[in-house]
Amino acid sequence: MEALKIYERVKERFPDKVLEVSEKKPDPFAAVAADAIVAVGRLLHDDPETAMDCLSNQTGVDYKDRIEVVYHLFSYKHHHTCVLKVKLPRENPTVATVEEIWRAANWMEREIFDLLGVNFDGHSDMRRILMPEDWPGYPLRKDFVEPLEYHGISTVRESPILRLDQKKKHEHA
Amino acid sequence: MSTLRTEEMTLNMGPQHPSTHGVLRFVIKADGEVMREAIPDVGYLHRSIEKIAEKVGYHGFMPYTDRVDYVCAMFTNQGWGMACEKLANIEVPRRGEYCRVIAAEFNRLASHLLTVGLMGMDIGAMTPFLHALREREMINDLIEELCGARLTFNYMRIGGVAWDLPPGWREKALAYLDHLDPIINEFNSLFSYNKICVERLAKVAPISAEDAINYNLVGPNLRASGVNWDVRKNIPYSVYPEFDFEVPLGSGEWGIVGDAMDRYMMRIREMVQSSRILRQALKRMPEGPVLAKVVRNFKPPAGECQIRVESARGDQGWYVVSDGTAFPWRVHVRTGSFAAMGIIQKLSRGLMIADLVVLIASLDVIAPEIDR
Repeated sequence: MEALKIYERVKERFPDKVLEVSEKKPDPFAAVAADAIVAVGRLLHDDPETAMDCLSNQTGVDYKDRIEVVYHLFSYKHHHTCVLKVKLPRENPTVATVEEIWRAANWMEREIFDLLGVNFDGHSDMRRILMPEDWPGYPLRKDFVEPLEYHGISTVRESPILRLDQKKKHEHA
Repeated sequence: MSTLRTEEMTLNMGPQHPSTHGVLRFVIKADGEVMREAIPDVGYLHRSIEKIAEKVGYHGFMPYTDRVDYVCAMFTNQGWGMACEKLANIEVPRRGEYCRVIAAEFNRLASHLLTVGLMGMDIGAMTPFLHALREREMINDLIEELCGARLTFNYMRIGGVAWDLPPGWREKALAYLDHLDPIINEFNSLFSYNKICVERLAKVAPISAEDAINYNLVGPNLRASGVNWDVRKNIPYSVYPEFDFEVPLGSGEWGIVGDAMDRYMMRIREMVQSSRILRQALKRMPEGPVLAKVVRNFKPPAGECQIRVESARGDQGWYVVSDGTAFPWRVHVRTGSFAAMGIIQKLSRGLMIADLVVLIASLDVIAPEIDR
């Protein structure tokens, strides 16, 4: 089934929960209301016509004014794919987990929480996964500033080449 | 007589354990030799590659993609190239596509040789490892002649590949394939069908097809569970539809469908198929340019796409968001090892500690690909 047809199907069932269906640029996506993502996911997973049995990819994007969580669904039965998006505010973004539908979401949601600071309600194991547990901030946010040191270890290396340049500049001046 | 006091034991495996294929750590809760649970702790190799992509631009990111998975870097190169080409609607010249397929399939051979060799070493046999690595060295030599590097290739570009095949390389490659085919049989009789290997791997940690799909396992791990899915066949990309090859599936001939032996044999069978693809590609190679004309200041139109590449560790997804500038807004790699690590905690319940090593080796996880 074409992705756009799948979005039509979702829209029929949840008319006020599908906020936007994008044009092909090159992949079309459907933006879904944050409170409906579990219901929409459940529908796409259980409906034999769509049978989205695999959450192929889940990630987040920081757009400076909002954070989007992106779900790439895939069906091994029908070999079709669709993209769902949830738009969240940047302050304390929270969305329900889809872990109960697709177990693969467990680790991917942990990664989004770790790198973008999105909270997943009802997640069984919401811990950092890649960064150290006491790391300040969320690295993939656009306004993230890397701390100069971590537990007394400098995150900046002084460059001997740059130092030479500065020395030369000094001598010229 | 006083009763023996027993308690649950917490063991720490890694991050420098020799059989964790990189830097991985497991916290194991064990009851004697049997694990209650093994909790993976990853992130030791996190190099923020996705963040780097936002800073270095489209062409500049190509060498970094090598570091996502340094055992089969051709596929990460190809994935990044294909994502950019899809965004900007660039067509790769046919000879360029052939060069990509040839380089990638040689890389698949090298990666699978390492995997089957390491499988031997992880269960305590040193010799198969040396046999496999000896063959892998020759592929590294071939690829070195092709692109100058043995591990982090940086061979592909957006719109094709950097260099054409060097003179005389085709004959060398064909001669190597003639040498490799009997070696795979030799390796099978030396190690794969060896009673010790079969008894050690069969019936260990089977994964059902439903679990494999639900946990998003990909590539050989998914096919070992009997799911007939190969991106090269099912969502054809590059020039793969022109080649005649089979997709091997796990059948459970040694025990249960989707056990460690099935996952191991999947690599051996895929090597035979890769060799078949390579022979066809080397023979049918068309003439022409290898690189499309792509501007140096590459700015794809605003939009987003996801592409999928069948890497040696399975279906690799590249999700790229472009805002129309020279720097990608967001890049995300969905890798096979990341998903495979997610299922270990579930599979480890009730498994022997020694079998955890077999499980990691059979899932073929590579630490840099998990952490990126």
